[in-house]
Amino acid sequence: MAEQTQAKKYSKPLPHLDEENRPWWEALQRHELYIQKCAECGDVRYYPRALCTNCMSSQVQWIKCSGRGKVYTFTTTYQNQAPGFRESIPYIMAYVELEEGVKMLTNLVDCQPEQAKIGMPVEVVYEDVTPAVTLAKFRPAR
Amino acid sequence: MSLTRKTAVAGVFEHPTRFAPDKSLFQIMAESVRGALDDAGLTIKDVNGLCTTGIGMSGMGIVGFCDYLNLTPNFVDSTSIGGSSFVAHTAHAAAAIHAGLCDVCVVVYGSTAASSRFAIGTGGERGGAGDPCDQYEIPFGPTTVGAYAMIAQRHMHDYGTTAEQLAEIAVTTRLHASMNPAAKYRDPITVEDVLASRIISSPLHLLDCCIISDGGGALVITSAQRARDLKKKPVYILGAGETVRHAARGQRDFLEIAAAQSGRLAFERAGVAHKDIDMAMIYDSFTITVLATLENLGFCKRGEGGAFVSGGRLRFDGEFPINTDGGGLSSNHPGMRGIFLVIEAAKQLRGECGPRQVKDCKIALVHGTGGALGTRHSGATLILSNQ
Ligand SMILES: [Zn+2]
Repeated sequence: MAEQTQAKKYSKPLPHLDEENRPWWEALQRHELYIQKCAECGDVRYYPRALCTNCMSSQVQWIKCSGRGKVYTFTTTYQNQAPGFRESIPYIMAYVELEEGVKMLTNLVDCQPEQAKIGMPVEVVYEDVTPAVTLAKFRPAR
Repeated sequence: MSLTRKTAVAGVFEHPTRFAPDKSLFQIMAESVRGALDDAGLTIKDVNGLCTTGIGMSGMGIVGFCDYLNLTPNFVDSTSIGGSSFVAHTAHAAAAIHAGLCDVCVVVYGSTAASSRFAIGTGGERGGAGDPCDQYEIPFGPTTVGAYAMIAQRHMHDYGTTAEQLAEIAVTTRLHASMNPAAKYRDPITVEDVLASRIISSPLHLLDCCIISDGGGALVITSAQRARDLKKKPVYILGAGETVRHAARGQRDFLEIAAAQSGRLAFERAGVAHKDIDMAMIYDSFTITVLATLENLGFCKRGEGGAFVSGGRLRFDGEFPINTDGGGLSSNHPGMRGIFLVIEAAKQLRGECGPRQVKDCKIALVHGTGGALGTRHSGATLILSNQ
């Protein structure tokens, strides 16, 4: 019941799930964060895709992330007219660099704008926004 | 095979409108084409090449615009890489003319962003559709200004660049706008005014952001030989470069932008050095766009942009004049203003800029940015000369 109410209320844009990206979103549903690593050349990549950008191999390995990283850069948004976000301002958007070496666009949560700093250690939190979609957001490491 | 001085910008026109609820998009574009052809001393019957972006729902609006003008050109290009598109089109037109694909190519742009109340920069992104990469961004509230703001934040962190230094770019640009009768905002501003304006997306203030206007413009490109027989002094195309940048599979250095590659290519192809550039037109969607572009084009070292833009150095009468028309920050920004960069550079090289004219202007550089520096973007660089 709670989930359904939430799904109706949730007005921010949702990602389009397809066969190529489904493992990523299903892992998030289980509250697990994975990135892809090429089984042939070892190159790690984010966002997930079917082919390695280094050697074009289709051999994909999924590696489980620690969920820890550092803020690479961020901005506190005070103006966004899109539904869902205009009610949420100010909110913090950031690139977080994971320990595994890739940068992800995300939101910093449980974090006041004046608290956000580049280089700040952060940890993943999972936000179940609809029954099908869980988002990886980050909060200051505890 | 070098393109240097084989082709020229023979005519330019900046539509004077900044707000045109009474005009259709194609009308603004067609009036711009007429203006540029008049400037060159040519007619619509001479045109056999056309470039504009992928306008309209289908992305094939160039065909509709040919219908509107009853044109059947031998060469069409609707490369759509954002605000830099028209800078890239200029190079594509030059290459097409040099290769014999057409003789007279018009590059045209129009927009009714202001009268259609289109929220450039802070409209947010729509969900559901989009490219694969969009799916990992749209849930988090990305805006165009936010993506640039993250570049500014990182630059300040790494190099101590200040909000005052970024504000200087807006102040200089407004000074230039005050000397352009067509500019939308012409009252001078100070660094204090910029810092006192509200934060849109930290660390960028309202006055660090481009304005929203309607507008349009057109260029006529032809062979250097033909241009010499036309009405105005030819503005020769010396060299050009273009490329894109993105998140690079999550491994990008975000302070390295497309301008680094497109600029290097343009300088190599033009056979000129940085010290030869008398003025530059640098896409100014935001103040940080200018600072990051100047560094990446190699006019100063990475991290030195803050000092480079300070002390009035960018003024029309300063050591390195840029954006003498008042830029997107003050004159006009209908969404993709790359064409206005080429127009103002050509006017400077022709000595037509009145009170804001740069003295002894012989070589100008144009750099357009499309998209957002903090995510996916394009860069197109063009080097032009009156000699
Ligand atoms: Zn590989």
